[in-house]
Amino acid sequence: MQGLYAVFKKELQDHLSSYRFVILFALIAMVSFITSYMAAVHMRGNLEGLASTKFPFLMLFSTPGAMFSMVQFVAFFGPLIGLILGFDAINRERTQGTLIKVLSQPIYRDAVINGKFLAGVMTIAVMLVAIVLVISGFGLAFVGVVPGIEEMWRLFIFLIISIFYISFWLGLSILFSILFKSIATSSLASVALWIFLSFFISLGAEVVANTVAPIDRKNEVQPEVVLENARIKEMVSLSSPMVLYSDATATIIDPMRKTTRSIILVGPMEELLSARFQNPLSLGQSIVIVFPHIIALIAITLICFAISYLVFMLQEIRT
Amino acid sequence: METETIIETTDLTKRYGRQTAVNGLTLKVKEGEIFGFLGPNGAGKTTTLLMLLGLSRPSKGAATVCGLDPLRMSKEVKRHVGYLPENVGFYGDMDAVQSLEYVADLNGFKKGEAREKIDDLLDLVGLKEEARKKTAAFSRGMKQRLGVAEVLIKDPKVLFLDEPTLGLDPEGAIQIIDLIQSLNKEKNITVLLSSHNLHQVQKMSHRVGIMIGGNLIAEGSIDSLAEEKFGVGEKEYSLEEIYMKYFQEV
Ligand SMILES: Nc1ncnc2c1ncn2[C@@H]1O[C@H](COP(=O)(O)OP(=O)(O)OP(=O)(O)O)[C@@H](O)[C@H]1O
Ligand SMILES: [Mg+2]
Repeated sequence: MQGLYAVFKKELQDHLSSYRFVILFALIAMVSFITSYMAAVHMRGNLEGLASTKFPFLMLFSTPGAMFSMVQFVAFFGPLIGLILGFDAINRERTQGTLIKVLSQPIYRDAVINGKFLAGVMTIAVMLVAIVLVISGFGLAFVGVVPGIEEMWRLFIFLIISIFYISFWLGLSILFSILFKSIATSSLASVALWIFLSFFISLGAEVVANTVAPIDRKNEVQPEVVLENARIKEMVSLSSPMVLYSDATATIIDPMRKTTRSIILVGPMEELLSARFQNPLSLGQSIVIVFPHIIALIAITLICFAISYLVFMLQEIRT
Repeated sequence: METETIIETTDLTKRYGRQTAVNGLTLKVKEGEIFGFLGPNGAGKTTTLLMLLGLSRPSKGAATVCGLDPLRMSKEVKRHVGYLPENVGFYGDMDAVQSLEYVADLNGFKKGEAREKIDDLLDLVGLKEEARKKTAAFSRGMKQRLGVAEVLIKDPKVLFLDEPTLGLDPEGAIQIIDLIQSLNKEKNITVLLSSHNLHQVQKMSHRVGIMIGGNLIAEGSIDSLAEEKFGVGEKEYSLEEIYMKYFQEV
């Protein structure tokens, strides 16, 4: 325990005082400023004259202002935070000869990897909380929206999911830093996997869906085929943590969304009808919809860390 | 006073794939002894030390250090054993004091306890002037001294020193040797050291072991080894001569 705490404390200090952190933080603070500013301008324009909107506060996070919303930003670039915090966690210590020194002190071997992972998670949490506070403060000052209790809860859940999401990437990069002895290799490998899982999978999903259930555009389009196609696409793209995260947070942060599906087959009249009764989902209902996604996200994070843990515990350490 | 065996190995073997790094090592080191490990590069000295610390898993055989099995009680063994690796590394952005503080932290020291100890140790290894210098700016010898200080923080019963005088200037080497000898005398610390500097080993060690290609081919006091190889005579043989003789025979 004492070993874990010592490693955790040192790693956290290192993170918080590193240039890496300062640069990341500056970047993120800047982006969150811009997105929330854009969202706020956008909202002002749209909310003008409306008697009441439900959940104006959350719109600060979910409204894509000029380019993307805060939620999209975290989905796209959050992984980079995790990767940057972890890609050299173990192999740097190996090359500089400090790993063997630390491990020859009276601590359990897992204290090192647990301490490093927890310090990374803590750093991620600090960053995300700070961003959310910045945006909230901005919303209060600029648009004058005050968050309700439910909105706060939703934000809190959003934060937790985001921490797990970025921690997944942290775990992954720590795994690579254990597997690869060279820092260049481990950083390249983690970035490559990030690009693959985040950007190529959605392309791949399209290809797979179109081969398995091709939509015949010449003849009359059959609804079953379209549905099948969409279902396959969705299944494949769910293997991307980014999609998993986007889907999981979408309904949490936007109460008007009722499903994670992208395609909903309704006739025009139905849509007209239902639009008149648009009501936000309750928090509980929102959670129920994305519960599998949240569980899956937490599971892959834990699995990823567990693999790193096992590999590290069984490894031969000489330097 | 009866001296007890503090390190014991039986048939300790380590294989890397088809290569045998340490082959059936059976050895006893008594409490309060300075034992010198000799052998050419790749003989298996470092591997042996790593197995004794429980950092490396033996392919065969067993060991006890301070009466504990390093494989199952690694943490407890490491409480008593200070290990100075052959190329000891430091966090470049820490200064000497911070570096020592971290090691003290890992050993579970309270803040106040460590402070005093750290000052004493820096004095002991002659780094008082460099206490607030970043370790990245340390010379090879200064790093070696800091490494020794770090090892001593936990008040070890046993020291494993892997080439402790490597890269030190002659004066620094003598200081470290004196330090090791005085720790051995005053605190009865058992020392297991590996070195390529035969003069230094001869000066310090009570007993030596010669290891070649993973096999311990000779073990005993320098006098007894000389007797074995050259017979009893007028002449005092240096460790160098004895070592070369063994080496040529393999
Ligand atoms: N990870 C490894 N994989 C394969 N072989 C290894 C590995 N580590 C060490 N060896 C081999 O084990 C043998 C013993 O190495 P060891 O480091 O114990 O030698 P040494 O006596 O400390 O040498 P030196 O005097 O150079 O420090 C060497 O032949 C080395 O090549
Ligand atoms: Mg060695």
